Amino acid sequence: MNIHEYQAKEILSSYGIPIPRGRVALTSDQVERAAKMMGGRCVVKAQIYAGGRGKAGGVRLVHYPEQAMEYGKELFGRTLVTNQTGPEGLKVRRILVEEAVEIAREFYLSITLDRESSRYILIASAEGGMDIEEVANKSPEKIHTLQIDPFTGLRPYQARKIALSLGLSGSVCEDCVELLMNLYRACQEKDCALVEINPLVVTKAGWLMAMDAKITFDDNAVYRHREYPDMMDYSQLDPLEITAGKYDLAYIKLTGSIGCLVNGAGLAMATLDVLKECGGEPANFLDVGGGATREKVAEAFRIILQDHDVKGVFVNIFGGIMRCDVIAHGIIEAAEEFHCTLPIVVRMDGSKVEEGKRLLRESGLNVEVGDNLGDAAARIVKMLG
Amino acid sequence: MSILLNKNSKILVQGITGRSGLFHTQQCREYGANIVAGVTPGKGGIHIEGIPVFNTVAEAVKYTQANVSMIFVPPPGAADAILEAADAGIELAVCITEGIPVRDMVPVKAIIQGSKTRLVGPNCPGVITPGECKVGIMPGHIHKKGKIGVVSRSGTLTYEAVKQLTDVGLGQSTCVGIGGDPIIGMNFIDVLTLFNQDPDTEGVFMIGEIGGGAEEAAAEWIKANMKKPVAAFIAGVTAPPGKRMGHAGAIITGGKGKAEDKIRTLQECGVVVSTSPTKMGEAMLEAMAAAGKKVERAAAKPAGRKAKK
Repeated sequence: MNIHEYQAKEILSSYGIPIPRGRVALTSDQVERAAKMMGGRCVVKAQIYAGGRGKAGGVRLVHYPEQAMEYGKELFGRTLVTNQTGPEGLKVRRILVEEAVEIAREFYLSITLDRESSRYILIASAEGGMDIEEVANKSPEKIHTLQIDPFTGLRPYQARKIALSLGLSGSVCEDCVELLMNLYRACQEKDCALVEINPLVVTKAGWLMAMDAKITFDDNAVYRHREYPDMMDYSQLDPLEITAGKYDLAYIKLTGSIGCLVNGAGLAMATLDVLKECGGEPANFLDVGGGATREKVAEAFRIILQDHDVKGVFVNIFGGIMRCDVIAHGIIEAAEEFHCTLPIVVRMDGSKVEEGKRLLRESGLNVEVGDNLGDAAARIVKMLG
Repeated sequence: MSILLNKNSKILVQGITGRSGLFHTQQCREYGANIVAGVTPGKGGIHIEGIPVFNTVAEAVKYTQANVSMIFVPPPGAADAILEAADAGIELAVCITEGIPVRDMVPVKAIIQGSKTRLVGPNCPGVITPGECKVGIMPGHIHKKGKIGVVSRSGTLTYEAVKQLTDVGLGQSTCVGIGGDPIIGMNFIDVLTLFNQDPDTEGVFMIGEIGGGAEEAAAEWIKANMKKPVAAFIAGVTAPPGKRMGHAGAIITGGKGKAEDKIRTLQECGVVVSTSPTKMGEAMLEAMAAAGKKVERAAAKPAGRKAKK
């Protein structure tokens, strides 16, 4: 689960990490007022669920409140496309207005899970800022990493090594040690999949400050943080993805015309691969979960039919233990409700396959039943011709 | 022979009194698994479907000598359940539970690495040795006893692969679903090592997915150590680049994890990679033929199906 920069900064601030003075604005008038409070000269930052905003024109230094308002007007309603959003981009609905800070040096800092070692890993670099990925590719020696032992946690001497490797010394170095310890504590207590400060700066006045921050929560841990659901900004998600989330379905909208309903993420990916191989273009990725139920299949089918780009539906369910007649009922229920006349191809495997196939054939829907994965995929592509 | 499980395995079920715990206990027993005990804290002393229920794993092991645990405990208690199994000396813990927080799994992984317990999962379909024993939620009927080891990060895609193997006449020695979570117990290399040593496994089929570097690491290991033919499939060749936050993931992986990279590395290491999810069985046949292994072709049923097309 993602949150906005300003929310991430609020969390960091509650852990004693210094952040610039700032205010969130929902209208361009509010942007102007906030700019006045900052003394006119300030930074106006679009809030979207992705990074790369600077290069996409989503962040600007302004000098007067009127200028802030004008830029605010321009940003609201604009769709930002960055190298992290995908081609469809994300709409700007919230803006953060922050005091302008005189920067002396910039660093990169993050904590995330390292799958390889199964430990949290601290990543730091003295080459902070917008091109950190390029730094990682071209000069990996400038990236410092530390795997954190789950039982001892991050120790001050380890944090000091990292701070020194960034070229810090004296009291700023000790401030950085404290900041790193707090960052790790925040990552643990808030169940973060990622905390990132980029850039962490030393101001000209000699203070450390988190100029930009990103936090992603571990979806599996949201249940133990009651405040998280309220932090979601639904304007940053596809409406169908929100509905899917309510029913515990994994749905991602794609650009093609064949709606896909599959159980299991691996099989769902493989299904997209087969459709493309046959010359078809999938309209979505939809995983109803390994053990699909009648209700989930029906709900998934409703979501697919609400997408107006869908010209045909491909159902691929490999249940085994679940009964195919039950799944067939789910499909028929949803299709009848929407008076669906689109071509549907169903490939099912599991118990009571024949009964399931018979129900579909006798349903009066425009449905065909495929024998195996390849055969079924070829059929739906052919039907859409 | 087989790996991890056989007909002598004595299985206990943690979370046996839950809905899916009980349902899958029945399914596994029907398949032939010897389920000797259940564990649900607070319900010790009762019998469910004739199976004695204990309060703790240690107690269950003491009275039934169970050596394998199948875990269905819901996410908030699942990490604890794994540790309890390890503490009681369980040899193989198979955790089916989906949705365990990463922070809970980090210390579990560190403890399991230093224990004699092998962990499969979490968030996995389980382990099956066809014709002998099933510990998991996979459909038993698609499997057939044979000589191919299967190891997979996926759930239902494994069923598809197994069905294709069975259809082309390749039975399986053992199938292991290692799970799709960021932190899992046994990885590809751990399972490949066991298959390499198992005299009854003649070839291995491996199913990977985009993301992470596990398949690449397995490929290098295969090149250096594997004595048996390996075929593979990687799901997600056509997956669109996802939305993401921040840079940390890209810094760690160096931009790796794409299907093309995984496929190329596997091929360079001598693995036959199925280019299509519809040709997984054929890829395994090809790998077996290339290694000079004799394969008995399938019986009439799948051949008849193909003829209809």
